[in-house]
Amino acid sequence: MAQDETGRELGRHERYRGEFPIVVEGLTNAFGEQVVHRDLDLKVRRGEILGVVGGSGTGKSVLMRSIIGLQKPTAGDVRVFGRSITDSDPEDDIGIRNRWGVLFQGGALFSTLTVGENVEVPLKQFYPDIEPELRHEIARYKVMLSGLPEEAVSKYPSELSGGMKKRAGLARALALDPELLFLDEPTAGLDPIGAAAFDRLTRELKETLGLTVFLITHDLDTLHEICDRVAVIADQKVIAVDTVPKLMELDHPWIQEYFNGPRGRAALTAQALDELRKHMDEPVAAHAVKALDKPPAGKA
Amino acid sequence: MGGFAEYELVEGDDGGTALVLSGPYLVSTIGEIDQDLRGLDGPLDRIDLSAITEIDTVGAWMARWLANAHGAEITGASDRAKRLIGALTDAPADEDLSAPRLPVWERVPQAMGDKVYGARRGVYGVLGFLGALLVSSASLVRHPRRFRVLALVRQLELVGVTALPIIGLMSFLIGIVIAQQGAVQLAQFGAETLTVNLVGRITLRELGVLMTAIMVAGRSGSAFAAQIGTMRLTEEVDAMQTIGISPMEALVVPRILAAVLMMPLLGFYSAGVAIVGGAVVGQFMLGIPFWTFLLRIQEVVPLHDLWVGLIKAPVFGLIVALAGCYHGMQVKGNSEDVGLRTTMAVVTGIFAVIVIDAFFAVFFTEVGWG
Repeated sequence: MAQDETGRELGRHERYRGEFPIVVEGLTNAFGEQVVHRDLDLKVRRGEILGVVGGSGTGKSVLMRSIIGLQKPTAGDVRVFGRSITDSDPEDDIGIRNRWGVLFQGGALFSTLTVGENVEVPLKQFYPDIEPELRHEIARYKVMLSGLPEEAVSKYPSELSGGMKKRAGLARALALDPELLFLDEPTAGLDPIGAAAFDRLTRELKETLGLTVFLITHDLDTLHEICDRVAVIADQKVIAVDTVPKLMELDHPWIQEYFNGPRGRAALTAQALDELRKHMDEPVAAHAVKALDKPPAGKA
Repeated sequence: MGGFAEYELVEGDDGGTALVLSGPYLVSTIGEIDQDLRGLDGPLDRIDLSAITEIDTVGAWMARWLANAHGAEITGASDRAKRLIGALTDAPADEDLSAPRLPVWERVPQAMGDKVYGARRGVYGVLGFLGALLVSSASLVRHPRRFRVLALVRQLELVGVTALPIIGLMSFLIGIVIAQQGAVQLAQFGAETLTVNLVGRITLRELGVLMTAIMVAGRSGSAFAAQIGTMRLTEEVDAMQTIGISPMEALVVPRILAAVLMMPLLGFYSAGVAIVGGAVVGQFMLGIPFWTFLLRIQEVVPLHDLWVGLIKAPVFGLIVALAGCYHGMQVKGNSEDVGLRTTMAVVTGIFAVIVIDAFFAVFFTEVGWG
C-alpha cells in the first residue's frame, strides 16, 4: 500500500494528498561501463505538469522506466506515493500500479484488440468484479474523453492514424482513473495542429481529473504552453527544475542553447503573441501581429 | 478511511425521493454496487452526492447515468464531482466495443469464398514471386558484381552448418528405429539380413532427404519468413528499395541459393548418419558386425538410389526456401501477421515437399530406377 507524507498507510480508496507523489533520491543507473544517471534527485509536486527535457541519450526514458519499476536502478531510491519502488517485490506494487497510467512513445496498444478492448484490459485485470455492461460504458467514455470519435472504439490500432493511436494509448492510460500520468514524448511524430490539440487535451484532463503529469518531451511548444515546471537532465543529473522563464535565466550552456536557440525563440515568440491576443482587443492584436510580421500570423 | 460505496433512499419533506450516495465512488468500489444501483425502481427526484468521500470518473459516470435514467437532479456535488460530471459526454450504448462481426450464416460462406479467392491469388502470387526470382537471378548472372557473396556464405552457415547436430541426431535415431522395427518384421521370414537393404535403400532414397527437408522447413523456412517479415514491418525492405537495392537480390536470392546448395549435402549426411544408426542396431541386436553392415550397403544399394536422393534434395530446398521467403515478403500490417505467415511458410513448405515427393516416387519407378 502507498503511504502519505507522515508515513501513514494510504487507504485503498483514498487519494494521495501529500506534496510530492514522486521522489527520486540518489538514483544511479549504469549499463555496464556506461553510466546514464549518477546521484540524480527529483521531486514531482502533486497536481503539476512536470516537463522533462534533455539531449538524446541523456536517459529521460530510463528515468521514467526507473520510476515505474520497469528498470531496476543500480543504486538510489525511488518513492512513488511515499512507497519505495526500488526495494519492493513487484507483486506488492499492485496497490500503486493502479494509481498511475503510462503512455508509451508508440502508444504500445495491443494490436490484436480493438481500442475499446485495449481500454478494458486494465479494468479486467484489476477489477474483475465490474460487470461487462459498466465496463463497456467506462471504456467508451474514456475513449471519448481522450478526444477520439465514438466509432474509434471498435477499430483496431492498425486502422488508426499516429495521432489517434496516441489518444487511444492515453485512453488506456486513463482506464483506472490514475492520479499520476506518465507521458513519453506524446507529441513526437504529430503534425503541429495535432500536437497543439494533444497539449490542450493534456492540460484539460489534468485540470478535470486532478492529475499529476510526468511528461517527457522534445517539443518546445509543449514546454511553453502546458508545463508548470521543467526538469533539465544533463551531465547524468537533473541540473535544474523550474519554470521556463526562470530556467532561461540560468547560465548553463546546454540550457541556453536549448531555450535560446532558433527553435526555442520561435516557440517563445509564438507564446508571447498568444498572450498579446488574450490581453488586447481583437483588431489591435491583429494589427500588432501584422506589425511584428515575423512569424506567420496563425489563427487568432 | 476506505470502506464501501453505499446508497440510501430518503423520503424528503416535500414528498420527493432522494437517493443519497455515500462513501468512495471509485473504479475500485463501484463493482459491488453497480448492479444494485441500476436495478433501483424510480421515481427518484434528487441524487445527493454530498456524502461521497472520494469520486473519480467512474463514480461521476454512475451518478450521471442515474440522473439521466430517472430524470433526477444532482445535488450536493463537490467541485470535483461537478467538474468530472461535466467532462463526460454521452457515449451511445449501442456502439459495440469489439470489431463488427457478421452473423454465422454469412460468416461461414464468406470465409469459404475468401479462401477460394485467396487460393487463386496465392497461386498468382507464388508464380509471380517465382518469376521475380528468375528475373533477379538472371540479372545477377549478367551483373555478377552485385551478387552478395557474404550474405550467401552467412546463409550457408545458418542453413547448413548449424543444422548438422540436430539433423545428425534425428537421422541417427531414425536409422535405429528403421533397423530395429524392420528386423522384427523380417525375422518372421527369417530374412534379418535384409535389414541392411531396408535401411540403406530407404534412407538414401526417401527418408534422409524428406526428413531433412522437414527439418530445414522448420528451422530455416520459418526463420526466413520471420526475418523478412519483420524487416517488412520495420520498413527495412522499403528502405532498401529506395536506395536502389533490390530486396529480391539482397534478401531472397542468397537464402534460396543457400537452401538449394545445402539440401543435397544435408540429405546425404542425414542418410549416412541413419545408416550408421542402423549398423549400430545390427552390431548389438542382429549379430551383424558393424563394418560388415557398412560393406553390405555398398553391395545391396544400387547407385541410382543415391541419385534419386540427390536429385530430389535441391528441389525440396527450393520449395522450402521459396515458401519461407514468399510468405515473409507478404507480411503487412502488424506483428500478428508475422506469426501467421511464419506458420504458413512451414505448413505450405512441408506440404508441398511431401506432394512433390509422391510425384518423384512414381516418376523414378517409371523410368526404371525402382
